[in-house]
Amino acid sequence: MNLYNKNIQFQTRRHFLKKCPVGLGGIYLASQIAGGAGVAIGSGVDDVAKQAKTDSQKSGSQQPNSHFPAKAKNVIYIHLAGSPPTLDLFDYKPELVKRSGEDCPDEFLAGRRFAFTSGKPKLLGTPREFKQHGESGVWMSDALNHLPEVADEMCVIRSMHTDQFNHAPAQLFLLTGSPRQGRPSFGSWVTYGLGSENANLPGFVVLNSGGTNPSAGKNAWGNGFLPSVFQGVQCRSKGAPVLYVNNPNGMSRKLRRQTLDAINELNAMQAKTFGSPETQTRIAQYELAYRMQVSVPEVMNINDETKETIEMYGAQPGEASFANNCLLARRLVEKGVRFVQLFDWGWDFHGTNSSEGLKGGLTKKCGGMDRPVTAMIKDLKRRGMLDETLVIWGGEFGRTPFREGRTAKSKILGRDHYPDCYTIFMAGGGVKRGYTHGETDELGFKVVSDGVHVHDYQATVLHLLGIDHQRLTHRFQGRDYRLTDVHGHVVGDIIA
Amino acid sequence: MIFLTGFELCGCLNSVIAQEAATDSIAVNQTVRIQAVRDQAVRSLLSNKCFACHGPDEDARESGLRLDTRDGAIDSAIDLADPEASEILARIKSDDPDVVMPPPKHGTALTDAQHELLLGWIKDGAPYARHWSYVKPTKSAVPNVTDAKDANVIDQFVGAKLLGSNLKPAQMAKRATLIRRLALDLTGLPPTLEELKKFTQDNSDDAYEKVVDQYLARPAYGERWAAMWLDLARYADSAGYADDRKRTIWAYRDYVIQAFNENKSFEQFTIEQIAGDLIPQPSRIQKVATAFHRNTLTNSEGGTSDQEFHSAAVVDRVNTTMAVWMGTTIACAQCHTHKYDPITQKEYFQLYDFFNQTADYDRPNESPVLEIYADDVIEKRRVLTAKIEAKKLEFNSQPDKESVAKWFEQLKAEHGDSETTSVQGKFVRVELPGKGKILSLAEVKVFSNVDGVQTNVALAGTATQSSTGFGGPPEFAIDDNTDGDMQKKSTTHTNSETNPWWEVDLGSSHTIESISIWQRSDNGLHRRSDGFKVSILDKDRKVVFGQAFKKALPTEQVVSIQPVPSSILSLLKQDDPLDEQQNKEIVAHYQSLVGLRIAGELAELESSLDKLKPATTVPVLKALAEDQQRTTKIQIRGSYLITGEAVSAATPEVLHPLVMLNLGKAEGVKTERVETDPDKTESEETLPNKTQQSKTAKPNRMDLARWLVDKNNPLTARVVVNRYWEQIFGIGIVGTSEEFGAQGELPSHPKLLDWLAADLMEHDWDTRRLLKQIVMSKTYRQSSVATADSLELDPNNRLLSRGARVRLTAEMIRDQALAISGLLSAKMYGPPVQPPQPKVGLKPAFSGQTTDWTDSVGEDRYRRGIYTEWRRSSPYPSMSTFDVNSREVCELRRSSTNTPLQALVTLNDPVYIEAAQGLARRILIEAKDKTSKEKATFGLQLCLVRKPTSLEVERVVRLFDETYKHFENDKVAAKELAVDPLNPPEKDADIVELAAWTTVANVLFNLDEMLMKP
Repeated sequence: MNLYNKNIQFQTRRHFLKKCPVGLGGIYLASQIAGGAGVAIGSGVDDVAKQAKTDSQKSGSQQPNSHFPAKAKNVIYIHLAGSPPTLDLFDYKPELVKRSGEDCPDEFLAGRRFAFTSGKPKLLGTPREFKQHGESGVWMSDALNHLPEVADEMCVIRSMHTDQFNHAPAQLFLLTGSPRQGRPSFGSWVTYGLGSENANLPGFVVLNSGGTNPSAGKNAWGNGFLPSVFQGVQCRSKGAPVLYVNNPNGMSRKLRRQTLDAINELNAMQAKTFGSPETQTRIAQYELAYRMQVSVPEVMNINDETKETIEMYGAQPGEASFANNCLLARRLVEKGVRFVQLFDWGWDFHGTNSSEGLKGGLTKKCGGMDRPVTAMIKDLKRRGMLDETLVIWGGEFGRTPFREGRTAKSKILGRDHYPDCYTIFMAGGGVKRGYTHGETDELGFKVVSDGVHVHDYQATVLHLLGIDHQRLTHRFQGRDYRLTDVHGHVVGDIIA
Repeated sequence: MIFLTGFELCGCLNSVIAQEAATDSIAVNQTVRIQAVRDQAVRSLLSNKCFACHGPDEDARESGLRLDTRDGAIDSAIDLADPEASEILARIKSDDPDVVMPPPKHGTALTDAQHELLLGWIKDGAPYARHWSYVKPTKSAVPNVTDAKDANVIDQFVGAKLLGSNLKPAQMAKRATLIRRLALDLTGLPPTLEELKKFTQDNSDDAYEKVVDQYLARPAYGERWAAMWLDLARYADSAGYADDRKRTIWAYRDYVIQAFNENKSFEQFTIEQIAGDLIPQPSRIQKVATAFHRNTLTNSEGGTSDQEFHSAAVVDRVNTTMAVWMGTTIACAQCHTHKYDPITQKEYFQLYDFFNQTADYDRPNESPVLEIYADDVIEKRRVLTAKIEAKKLEFNSQPDKESVAKWFEQLKAEHGDSETTSVQGKFVRVELPGKGKILSLAEVKVFSNVDGVQTNVALAGTATQSSTGFGGPPEFAIDDNTDGDMQKKSTTHTNSETNPWWEVDLGSSHTIESISIWQRSDNGLHRRSDGFKVSILDKDRKVVFGQAFKKALPTEQVVSIQPVPSSILSLLKQDDPLDEQQNKEIVAHYQSLVGLRIAGELAELESSLDKLKPATTVPVLKALAEDQQRTTKIQIRGSYLITGEAVSAATPEVLHPLVMLNLGKAEGVKTERVETDPDKTESEETLPNKTQQSKTAKPNRMDLARWLVDKNNPLTARVVVNRYWEQIFGIGIVGTSEEFGAQGELPSHPKLLDWLAADLMEHDWDTRRLLKQIVMSKTYRQSSVATADSLELDPNNRLLSRGARVRLTAEMIRDQALAISGLLSAKMYGPPVQPPQPKVGLKPAFSGQTTDWTDSVGEDRYRRGIYTEWRRSSPYPSMSTFDVNSREVCELRRSSTNTPLQALVTLNDPVYIEAAQGLARRILIEAKDKTSKEKATFGLQLCLVRKPTSLEVERVVRLFDETYKHFENDKVAAKELAVDPLNPPEKDADIVELAAWTTVANVLFNLDEMLMKP
């Protein structure tokens, strides 16, 4: 770190700005970093970064750029907040349909606690029709009308399981490795490890839709104990795309340039007096902020996409929607943003109202989801980006194979929260194509083969990015922390 | 080179030893001293490389080998007789991946230097040093490296260390620099130009000390230092988790500010927060202090288990207490015995037990809460409460014979020859006196003789009631259906309120002979109506009959209407003296009548009391009574569902012993008894003296609090000193201020740390004195200008060879801009405020109430950052960008970053634009009729609190000229920039000039120097 400081000091401003493509992750400098351990520096093509890397290795800290060749460069992570009923989308259970309406067997209830169900619930077979799709024969229900088109790109994992059955802790567990607040999020770890590839954009961008933040709130993209520069930057397709990115009323870009020149020159005078390397960093950060004022609105403006593309996604320029966010995700990745995290609210299918019902409600919610997701996968593919971009789709837990207690007598069908098994899928980024992994029992209560625990899944995604999950660590309060805590096994079977 | 983290330690150990040897001029025995350092280094090395598998945790211990104790190590790994043949060295050196230690997947191999270090240590007999921070700090002799008369102890220790390097202390900072540094450090606000002038012109010897004292005495001092403590207390105005409801707990924040301003000793501050409720007759303030541990999260999401989240809160209390006071990360031991520090899982849950004995239980209403009343309201409540007590006494007392006799004579005169048993009435009214009552009636029948037929005249009447709730309109009691099951839709229902009533207007006067009443009866709920009252009013609404019923019946309750009951009536006519039984009847009737009157008066008093609302409430700790204590069990792998052995409160064995004192005789605990404390009654009811004094063998929170600030505690004083040091110099003497255990850094100036810690305890934990010691040092007063040499040899300033130049905190950056612009409000305390923040159109999950951020108006818009509402799920965005934490858990050390998003805040956030507009107006008003150059100088001076250089002034004037020209051609833009969002300026103001100075001010607020301590 010290060499890094000094190096900055010796670079002229222009030289520094031109030569340093490490983005936000790279060009920041902390006055004090936890525990004296090194700080991860972005992808090290630059002398500065290389030296810093050597320095951090010297100090014994284990900061990789990558530990082995990466299959994926970027991640688009679509989180369906609330958790979709995957028994009605991907995991077809004919036996459950046959026994629908029977009392749930005791063996599945004994000693268990459910969020909104007590007593003896009734088994619930899916009301949806299922079919196999593509050459690979991936099972999907009739709630999904577009995804079948990309069935042969999908790697479906039907054997995910978690430890948590309430939204906030389950989301935190999935996205930070711990059910309690305070740990860095997935995207923070990845940018901490790999940096960003665009000097004008943040390395970790968050896009929300559905009108509500995920239950885990800002922690879902928080930096935890990592430096705040690794926090996800929330961008919006409506209004200011990033907080405070717009100049105040009455200040033109030309005037902003003049003010920055003044700031930088006055800072340079002060730097001479104080000799503090941090002042040089400050000048660099102001320049980056200035560039972001253009680059962020630019990348967030979808008007320059072709009509065909916009229609394919079902996007609407100027509005806030999940479809827009899918299109934005592709644009961001295209510009070198490392990790794009989407949250879509409204997937908590309890059946307490018609929009959360497994029939009409699910048809409607999926209608707004599978078209843009399908479009995004196709779009990435035709641009040759799918190989390097890992697309992930999933919720924070599963839903019960029985009817939810509160709505058991309602006309609307719903399912309660369930941690023991659920389905997610991935595409691109080095995973097998048209592949289905893992199996649950005939009623959908338990994983029977190839279980993938949340920590395994995290380890696998990091592996695809070229990171050994056991070696991506940060020292905090006297111990090395990592995303997978002290667990996790890479699931080799899903890797192409 | 002074970073003694475990990782780096061995690489530079030799130089450290050399340095210690060279600089420690007064070391009595240098060899011993060097060995002590070496032994600590070995301990750190073993801890980092070996303890995870060969340490205190039995379950994780491999091959039964234990290296954290000498006995364990010399048993097999270390050969004292033939050091070179020690197994430990062979394993370290091995090339065989199956044999080498540590195993490749667990850690990197040891270097040759580390190997040498271990060998030397074994040769010396493998002396196991006790981990430095577990040894009680003592004052060692102060080195004498400088005889400057204003050098203090700090300078001697720091100077001794510097001697070994090729560096000399930097020269004294200029007065302008000093006063800005000092004002920001002590009050979080910049000095005014008047203060600067006064200081620079003061030629007395103690000019500097006077300024120090002046800032230490300001109310702003408490606000600045409370900000540090609130991070540790994880104070926030919301409860966290998914729904993140608002929580009212700001009285605690005010407590902390006051505590700093009163300079409460750290001992007292500790005891009040950990166990304020257990101080005999605690004052209101001492109870408020216990909210420290009510800042834990509360989960009210559906389906969540109170037990689970109560357990999570208790766990957080254990972790926070150990981290904040003792710099010890104990969280590992929640799930398994600590791998590095000798703390077992059992000991963890023994600590847990201390905090498991309070009444709070993850309830959405945050109970128990303390109601806090304004002073005048306290007095009114006292008077009313006294009256209520008197009335209750009257209600329960026996009537005196004389009054009864007098009344009886009067009754005889009035009704002695009366025969009638009916009254004339137009209204029948049912009331239920008291607070929080619900009146729910199935039917009310009012019988009258109409043309010789007993008729229910209520059926033709009109019913009303005090309020309607739960689908129970008043007419349901006159629908001729007596079914008392609420579900059957034939039962009235009021809201829960004070004195609910129901009434029927019969339309005209009737001779009422009897009334029958059916209460709501499902689920035994007729009992809700116990104490109801029936009255009949004539057409002028004069009460002609009334009767109260102690018990309500689930079935028909007949009220016979007689002004005088027939039994009494017959007694009135009796000529013989009354016998004992008859006398009793008379007295009973008298009492029921008096009771009726008193019940009415009581209801009225209680309703007045009810209207006196508390100014605020605050969740507090309240000890469970002795017979309600919870059993604490070890939670296997930290899961609250799988439990093991039951344990009882105790402190870890490796630390100093816990001494139980009889509280009544304890010294040092001030009992701030407030005679008029309205909560006294409440606390005495719920906190019997028995539980306050640890008469039983089991220690309680008070004992724990005293243990934390026990003078034998090796850690607390060091941790406190280190924390203040970190606040001032940007990094602590122990760099890992959150970790003083085996895995933390070694201190850069161990003897200085110990000296200051011992000194703090000797001086009654006076933290303001400690702070003054630090800022009075020459070390603090050094210039922060970094020379090439000092950057080279002391890049992170761990040797303190220059002044500390660190970034201001989020709060300081905001407060400074507001102060300089003249907008800052000096208002202290009270509910949190909502300064403007961007509307982002997303709300937290499961919560309707968290979208309610409405920008504060008036002075609340410009309050200090510490008063900004702190929502855990969405921290105030501009402060969050400057590294404030969301405070879900205690934040022991804020990071201090430098990012482009920060630039966007200070450049574009409307709050900073408004401040720039304010500053522009100040310049134009206070430097009116001056040249641009003079105005620029004034603006620079206001911001930087120093004389600007001519180059700086020129550059600012150039910007002003350019901008002025720009706005002359675009007056619309000028107006926008100069006026929005601040109010329009004075009428004759030159908008173009104002806009140009606003631009300049915007630049000034973004200067590096503004964001840094000078």
